[in-house]
Amino acid sequence: MSGSAILFDAPGPKARRLSRILSVVGIVLIAAGLAWVVMTLAAPRQTSGGLELPGMFDESRWDIFAEPIVWRSIGEATVRTLQAFAFGAVGALILGVVLSILRTAANTWVRIPATVLIEFFRGMPVLLMMLFILLVFSTGALWAVVAALVVYNGTLIAEALRAGIESLPKGQREAGLSLGLTPLRTRLLIEFPQAFRQMLPIIVAQLVVLLKDSSLGYIVGYPELLRTTTNYLANFYGNRYMFSLFFVALAIYLTINLLLSWFARWLSRRTGSGSRRLGAAGPAGAGGAPLGAGEDTASAAASSNL
Amino acid sequence: MQVIFDNLPTFWGGFLMTLQLTVVGGFFATVIGSIIAVFRISPVASLRGFATVYTEIVRCTPLTLVFFFCAVVLPILGVDFPYLTFAFIALSVYTSPFVAEALRSGINGVAIGQAEAARSLGLGFGQTVGLVVFPQAIRMTIPPLINVFIALTKNTSIAGAFFVPELFAAGRALVNQNGNAVIALLLGVAFFYLVITVPLGQIAAHLERKVAVTR
Repeated sequence: MSGSAILFDAPGPKARRLSRILSVVGIVLIAAGLAWVVMTLAAPRQTSGGLELPGMFDESRWDIFAEPIVWRSIGEATVRTLQAFAFGAVGALILGVVLSILRTAANTWVRIPATVLIEFFRGMPVLLMMLFILLVFSTGALWAVVAALVVYNGTLIAEALRAGIESLPKGQREAGLSLGLTPLRTRLLIEFPQAFRQMLPIIVAQLVVLLKDSSLGYIVGYPELLRTTTNYLANFYGNRYMFSLFFVALAIYLTINLLLSWFARWLSRRTGSGSRRLGAAGPAGAGGAPLGAGEDTASAAASSNL
Repeated sequence: MQVIFDNLPTFWGGFLMTLQLTVVGGFFATVIGSIIAVFRISPVASLRGFATVYTEIVRCTPLTLVFFFCAVVLPILGVDFPYLTFAFIALSVYTSPFVAEALRSGINGVAIGQAEAARSLGLGFGQTVGLVVFPQAIRMTIPPLINVFIALTKNTSIAGAFFVPELFAAGRALVNQNGNAVIALLLGVAFFYLVITVPLGQIAAHLERKVAVTR
């Protein structure tokens, strides 16, 4: 947040002391809150029947993780999650590219159906699509998950690519056409590579969404990470491991997602200079530097994907 | 087709529940998100750090896990609410960092000269943000915020799998009763979702064009 420095004075000694005190107070409050949560979790509890249960960090709740077979099934579940993600990502990218080209086609008979299709699939929950594919096409859980992820994220990627194509300076297309390229070749060879590059951070952010949504497999019965840990393993070893198994699943999801979203941010920084140069040529560059000078619009949009 | 009209009350009940989840979840997400956004730009470093970590962690957690935590793990830990309350909590917590990011990107979009002018007039942090930056940021924030609410509407379907009788759950129950009309029933459910999401999307696109012209 380099830009936020403009919102308040460079602090003098008094303000610096105040801010330091507030910081310390804030850290203490946050640490106290965290400590309270941890203590509550760690404390032994009484059930309504008068039984005393060990705390959440008690050894008896974690001892299954000493067994390699537990880790093996967690590993296999992670692979299944990543498998759904990989199929879904490749499919969604292909579908997104195709749909974005159809959506921006000059021919009305191509453009209008593509638009309707995109609007239809964009406005509907992925979960509903998974159920639909599972019940209507009886594909089995993996392909229901993958197909729904492909259709849903494909339409969203198509919209991002369309926005990228439309934000290009008009001269790019005119230059392509005046070189004698056909409209389709202009789109594929001149406009599309630029749009793709500009929208890459948003597309990667969409892939993070895809990975998160693969956990919906839990609901339609695909044995991905969450279902394997909290359902199969917890049923097999007993409910007292529910919390620890959930915790491990959460940690694995967080690790993968954080890595992916950092990759998205790194990409947007890397491609940032290119897109700013393009933006400066168009009318969007007018109106002075934005407050957060370090961040361009693409990365801001990338971080707002749900 | 007939099967949809026969079960219209069920659809309608689910639709109202979905609307309720969207509105209540959206409201609390906006409240939490605004607090996080203010933390994120505040002069106090620890609040900034907290807001950043919160945003990163919640944004990278799948909603299914948030729901699972609320509806299954919390009761094991001794927290006892009705499932609807758990759904409200899960939806508002999950959506809040996205609201915060939308607000923050709106604030980042305000020209830096505006803040400089306010500061050189002698306004403090609260006045600069409250009187000058925020009113301008809100205009640019509304289209992305609507997109967040559209996503929230779609995400409420996950509540249906965690014991809240909303549209998705209603559809699933009806499908179980009428195995011969699966396609019609699920398309009916999709229609009710589109009734909410498509108009919201049109409004967002319209506002986006308007804001883009005046900027």
